[in-house]
Amino acid sequence: MSIQVSLPSEMTLTASEKRSAYLANLLKLAQSSPANLPWLNELRDHAALRVQEQAFPTQRDEEWRFTDLSTLLQTPLEAVTPQQVSAAAIAPFVLPEASQLVFVDGIYAPELSNTANLPETLRVGNLAALERYSDRLQPYLGKQPGAEEVFTALNTAGLTDAAVVWVPKGVAIDTPIHLLFLATATSATLIQPRVLVVAETNSAVTLIEDYGAIGTGAYLTNAVTEIWIADNAEVNHTRVQRDGHHAFHIGKTAVSQARTSRYTCNAVSLGAKLSRHHLEIYQTGAQTETTLNGLTLLHGEQIGDTHSTIALTQPHGTTRQLHKCIVDDKGHAVFNGKVFVPQAAQMTDAGQLNRNLLLSPKARIDTKPQLEIVADNVKCTHGATVGQLEADEVFYLQSRGIDAADARQLLVYAFAYEVIEKIAIASLRRTLSDLVQCRSMAVRN
Amino acid sequence: MIIDNSSEILAVKNLTANVGETPILKGMNLEVKAGEIHAIMGPNGSGKSTFSKVLAGHPAYEVTGGDIQFQGQNLLELEPEERARSGIFLAFQYPLEIPGVSNLDFLRVAYNSKRKHLGEEELDAFDFDELIQERLDVVKMDASFLSRSVNEGFSGGEKKRNEILQMALLEPKLAILDETDSGLDIDALRIVAGGVNQLSTAENAIVVITHYQRLLDYIIPDYIHVMANGRIIRTGGKELALALEDRGYDWVLEEAAAGAGS
Ligand SMILES: Nc1ncnc2c1ncn2[C@@H]1O[C@H](COP(=O)(O)OP(=O)(O)O)[C@@H](O)[C@H]1O
Ligand SMILES: [Mg+2]
Repeated sequence: MSIQVSLPSEMTLTASEKRSAYLANLLKLAQSSPANLPWLNELRDHAALRVQEQAFPTQRDEEWRFTDLSTLLQTPLEAVTPQQVSAAAIAPFVLPEASQLVFVDGIYAPELSNTANLPETLRVGNLAALERYSDRLQPYLGKQPGAEEVFTALNTAGLTDAAVVWVPKGVAIDTPIHLLFLATATSATLIQPRVLVVAETNSAVTLIEDYGAIGTGAYLTNAVTEIWIADNAEVNHTRVQRDGHHAFHIGKTAVSQARTSRYTCNAVSLGAKLSRHHLEIYQTGAQTETTLNGLTLLHGEQIGDTHSTIALTQPHGTTRQLHKCIVDDKGHAVFNGKVFVPQAAQMTDAGQLNRNLLLSPKARIDTKPQLEIVADNVKCTHGATVGQLEADEVFYLQSRGIDAADARQLLVYAFAYEVIEKIAIASLRRTLSDLVQCRSMAVRN
Repeated sequence: MIIDNSSEILAVKNLTANVGETPILKGMNLEVKAGEIHAIMGPNGSGKSTFSKVLAGHPAYEVTGGDIQFQGQNLLELEPEERARSGIFLAFQYPLEIPGVSNLDFLRVAYNSKRKHLGEEELDAFDFDELIQERLDVVKMDASFLSRSVNEGFSGGEKKRNEILQMALLEPKLAILDETDSGLDIDALRIVAGGVNQLSTAENAIVVITHYQRLLDYIIPDYIHVMANGRIIRTGGKELALALEDRGYDWVLEEAAAGAGS
């Protein structure tokens, strides 16, 4: 007599078991690199519990309704093994106007970083180098609302290091700070970049958070950025997502704004096979100003999802949001913009506009502006448009001798440029303009 | 000016065109020779703008019959951009605004497409700057309009001047000016008309579409055509415009109807 023992295999797992197994593996990978700073352990363990309590998101979750993560589930991931990258390899990403912190596959690369141009008073570096400020960083790291969300918690569960920008009281920095996160894509890894920005009272800083690849393979970037803006401080933030063609990108930007603070985000998303950016603004004082500009450019079968939440809680806030998507081929863009204006947020002035350009019959956009207004003395406007290139505009250019393909390229570029021109760093504006032009060159008919 | 034996630029024969199922042009005939200035007048809705857009190749209009020869070439075979490069220019009645495309880039790209077509080297930004400064003078336009988006926020008159600036740059063989005078005050009218006259030579030809004699005081036509219901119903010399100004279109329409009936 023989006894047959069946082992659990891929074949016998249900879809939901597969998702749980995938998430468990992500958590295992995150936890595989130990924290060198002991104070991080409590934070990590707490976050790991949060991950374990949750399920891997599916389209049945309202927050993921239009974005299907099943291609990620089919991509087995492994831990990062440190790679050497030369200065020459990162040269195309360098912004000459800026100081830079470079992370390769999520690991700080001091030899590629350069902060020599920054004033001494500023504390910029990786978390490990700023160990002596641990006491002051602790109240901020991982403390934004929304930190429990599964991917945010996953990032925290694996927290070993972070890019830190701490701008002391009254200090205004002219030199932009470029936080460059490059993936080598040598193997399919889980990369978890982390950024912490603290702008103290009356300070001002310009940041560029930049995700790119120097290889072409698959990987998952799961990034979390936390920005704390104190009274009357100003943060000008540009976020560029140009991850590789086969990459997955999930990113969170959580911003807390105190009284009369100003925050601007210019988010440009061009890369990755599937990308998601969740931008969350939490108002903690009155009279804040928030400006969110977004541009998503998709082609092939790319999916690009932007979710934003502006949670107002105080009077006299001003928010301006413009999000533009250009979708070609079978690309699929998702925009969900929430603005909450409770009773306490009287005299809010909120404007939101989502404009979409569809360049092919198979291109798709799901857009959902979501304004929840309780306060009665406010000015709130929102709108969404979906259109194609105007035949009359193309004809006008043609009638001046410009051929149809160039005319379309010029018009697509013009649509994108409304967002790109808001970026204060000239070299980055040029790079992005070139990227957009390369993309729209492919636009035919 | 009418020049004996000058070369033919445009010959339109029995042209008919539709928008969707609706016929708009119903047998247009027009012959234009080098050096000549023609004026087309006629009631609103008679098809003047349609005719000009059909010449430029607008995709909304379907040519259902007839023939257009442009410098001995079958114009109907050419794409709009090819027509432009071979020398057709339409100053639009309602020039479009194109947000985000800088006027300077637009003008340079347009100019260089023509150079490329002629087998000439493209001008770089620096040389182009010099050229455009000189052409701005033709319409007395301020250089600040170059850095703005094409026509965006321009007043009606500024848009019309911008059209003539494009004409000055592209130096067409045949320019069709569709109501370029409407919306212009008298000073702007003088400037625009002066610019057009400056660009008029013995080698090219101009067709102006207008309702008003006042333009024809500055741009003096060799021929005046009256268009109604999709075709030209009467052709005369410049004195015809004065008669139209005096007596309106009705008598021409009546005479044409009587002529057709007899
Ligand atoms: N794109 C179009 N779609 C529908 N009807 C049109 C279009 N263009 C012109 N028409 C019609 O054709 C006729 C002639 O118009 P148009 O050429 O603009 O006349 P004009 O310039 O002489 O005033 C009008 O009845 C107008 O409504
Ligand atoms: Mg008209």
